[in-house]
Amino acid sequence: MIDRAVVDALAQIVGRPHVRTAAAERATYAKDGLTTHTRVPGIVVLPGSRDEVIAVIRLLASHGIPFVPRGAGTGLSGGALASEGAVLVVLTRLNRILTIDPANRFAVVEPGVVNVRLSGAVAPHGLLYAPDPSSQTACTIGGNVAENAGGPHCLKYGATVSHVLALEVVLGDGQVVQLGSPGGESWGPDLVGLFVGSEGNFGVATRIAVRLLPVPRAVRTLLADFTAIRTAGEAVSAVIASGIVPAALEMMDRSCIGAVEDSVYAAGYPRDAAAVLLTELDGRDEAAVQAEAESIEAILMAHGARSVRTAADARERARLWQGRKKAFGAMGRLSRDLVVQDAVVPRSSLPGVLEAIAEIATRYSLRVSNVFHAGDGNLHPNISFDSRVPGLTERVEAASGEIMAACIAVGGTITGEHGIGLDKLRYMPLIFDGDSLAAMHAVRRVFDPAERVNPGKVIPMHACREWSGVVGVRNAEFGMRNGKPNSALPIPHSALES
Amino acid sequence: MKIAERVRALLGHDAVLEDTGSPDGLPRIAPASPDAVALLLGTARAEGWRVRVEGAGTWMQADAPADLALTTRRLDRVPAIQPQDLTATAEAGIGCDLLRQQLADHGVWLALDPPGLAGRTLGSVVATASAGPLRHGFGPVRDHVLGVTFVTGDGRLIQSGGRVMKNVAGYDLTRMQAGGFGAFGVIVLVHLRLRALPRVDQTMVLEGSREDLSRVGDDISAAGLTLASLELLSPALARRDHWALAVRLAGSAPLVAAEEAGLRAATGGLFTALRAEEAHAFWMRAAEAFATRPVAFRIGGLPDSSDELLDLVQHQVGDEWVSASPGTGALRWAGDATVDRLRRLRRALAVLEVPLTIERAPWPVRRAVGHFGAYREGVGPLVAGLRSTFDPGNSLAVAIESDDRAG
Repeated sequence: MIDRAVVDALAQIVGRPHVRTAAAERATYAKDGLTTHTRVPGIVVLPGSRDEVIAVIRLLASHGIPFVPRGAGTGLSGGALASEGAVLVVLTRLNRILTIDPANRFAVVEPGVVNVRLSGAVAPHGLLYAPDPSSQTACTIGGNVAENAGGPHCLKYGATVSHVLALEVVLGDGQVVQLGSPGGESWGPDLVGLFVGSEGNFGVATRIAVRLLPVPRAVRTLLADFTAIRTAGEAVSAVIASGIVPAALEMMDRSCIGAVEDSVYAAGYPRDAAAVLLTELDGRDEAAVQAEAESIEAILMAHGARSVRTAADARERARLWQGRKKAFGAMGRLSRDLVVQDAVVPRSSLPGVLEAIAEIATRYSLRVSNVFHAGDGNLHPNISFDSRVPGLTERVEAASGEIMAACIAVGGTITGEHGIGLDKLRYMPLIFDGDSLAAMHAVRRVFDPAERVNPGKVIPMHACREWSGVVGVRNAEFGMRNGKPNSALPIPHSALES
Repeated sequence: MKIAERVRALLGHDAVLEDTGSPDGLPRIAPASPDAVALLLGTARAEGWRVRVEGAGTWMQADAPADLALTTRRLDRVPAIQPQDLTATAEAGIGCDLLRQQLADHGVWLALDPPGLAGRTLGSVVATASAGPLRHGFGPVRDHVLGVTFVTGDGRLIQSGGRVMKNVAGYDLTRMQAGGFGAFGVIVLVHLRLRALPRVDQTMVLEGSREDLSRVGDDISAAGLTLASLELLSPALARRDHWALAVRLAGSAPLVAAEEAGLRAATGGLFTALRAEEAHAFWMRAAEAFATRPVAFRIGGLPDSSDELLDLVQHQVGDEWVSASPGTGALRWAGDATVDRLRRLRRALAVLEVPLTIERAPWPVRRAVGHFGAYREGVGPLVAGLRSTFDPGNSLAVAIESDDRAG
């Protein structure tokens, strides 16, 4: 339990209504978007300004209390959960857009600004903020920075890291540092790039300068349907190889289509299709975008599409996108519980991996729905289940592990945009050796020597090799040291991988 | 035992390219594999040897005081080119010209045109984060790098990132290496994000006074055209009688045709199209010019401050060899400049909150002003912490900070 005096001191900083200590209040924050992990924080505090954030963090530092930064809690890795001994610092009240500079195409925002609100605010200037995660109507820019969030349109425009220019960061000891510059050039090494995606382990971003892009004047949205999921995967490879870069290239399989069409988000997807591909092209010039759309349509038809339909107007386009963006919500209809997976594979491996996932689902008798960023090779196999059924959760975990192994086997990785958090800790040793994990841990300790910021996430400590202990022993005179065999280390690096 | 003999025993005879008979008197070691780099650096750490890291020797002056020079030139393989995935994996010592040729044979393209000679190594480009005019349309170096494998100053082989398009597994140490100037380890392997070779690649040039061209550049930026490059070059750099504003269009035929029409509409059709070989020579000569002057630096301003920054640079160090990207606010300069001049310019830029990064300079200049100079408040300890984490013995001879920390 956290000392009552700390609660009072926090209330002094942020005001009593913004410190939540009652069990029922704290339970509200016990999960994030991935409901399979539960941790009830010791205290929840909601600072209302940057200065309050600094004061809160300094107070917690003075008491040695760990804390977890949290935005809207839409994350899908259990990354924004705090345990009883930690304070959850919720940043949703820091929701001001501080600067919009249309001439230089950047904005400065507080971390609690909701993603879609920023694009709305800059739209009158003919600008947009490109990263558009499916949760963009709820998720915050601060959370996007912590997770290096993606979204459908990151295929053309890049993930969050490509759009963050500068950051003001409060470190775990309360020190404030300025990283990057609005021009995008760093004052030193690229610490902005290092911070983005660090899952709240390096500190709290209190001000975020982001790049804005012109709103494309011309847009074409195509819906192609396929009678086999493998064919759809092959069509994705053909589109990518064509040299035309779509703004987005998204896939949904039959199970997902059914869930969407049964929901209030019904988009008119063909229920009998094995898969649909939603392809968007955008640009400045109508004729050029139309020409590219025709090329893509021809490629899709040549690679097995049963039909390709182009959205007739903005309304139909919005409807097609609503089905895709709300697909996760629609899957809530399928069962009580949902595990949302997030892996990335080389795009040419998509057909084989999709078949492997289907085989795993059949073998474990599980319902797996695929809705994902096909253009990036970023898969989201979603497993619907009821955790009350004895043994089912274990089966889901085993199947998830096999899906991850299948993705890693083709050169993929275990997360493309959801992060490691708690959920994927166990998979980290499958893609990083002990030295690489230890290097990450050492970097974390540079930013947060006390390891009080979002503890227990991202790095599986048991898998790290000792960082400092190795220094000096790579003097491998063929395994000899002072004339004697040195069994400590002098062996090829390849043999050291754990 | 002499260093060269130790290294021969450790890595084999072929690894020692030059003994102490080299012009700078240093043994020059060329490990043939990432593991060999790790073995060498681990030994250097244990023995207290200071190591200068070199690529092809075409960019950074090979003059940092050290006990040995480690060159990546034998790390020149391209283990994988995956045109269907638009990715490739290349060792750090391959020359950009050779890599570009191999990629083109597969119909793919690395959309980077860094300053320097054609044979500049990939590792050098990544380590210095030197993007060229294509940054306007395709982003900075970090956007083209999916992952790197590097060796720390004490000989650990570290993987970061991966070879897929999106990856948020763990902290992205790749970002630290891109633009780290080798202070955090030696890059040995790079996973690259590629693009399809553009069907059409067109360069158009307009000559005139700097002021006039700046206005035209502003008009083009305001038109929101999709350009690969928009670059203002000084007469010497463009090898013209006047300043030149160069536009590069790259992509599908309909896209390039549309943007060319948009360019005509925005500027009244003033530009002259270059033939393919002229365009190639134009961009190549400009890139090479930056490697022929003793000092080169880059400045990262805002687009609407581009003119002001050019004035400031002209006032402080002259503007004979300079190029600016009106769309991004980036500026690159080359020439001869004293330590005092560079410090004065950096201080003047700091007032405007604009960083200046020294990209190449003789060691005494690098040591005096550092690649980065003084950091903003609070950043110094973080960089120092990273430095001691990845090079605990201070084995790597890199001057990322100024020796007086005064910038």
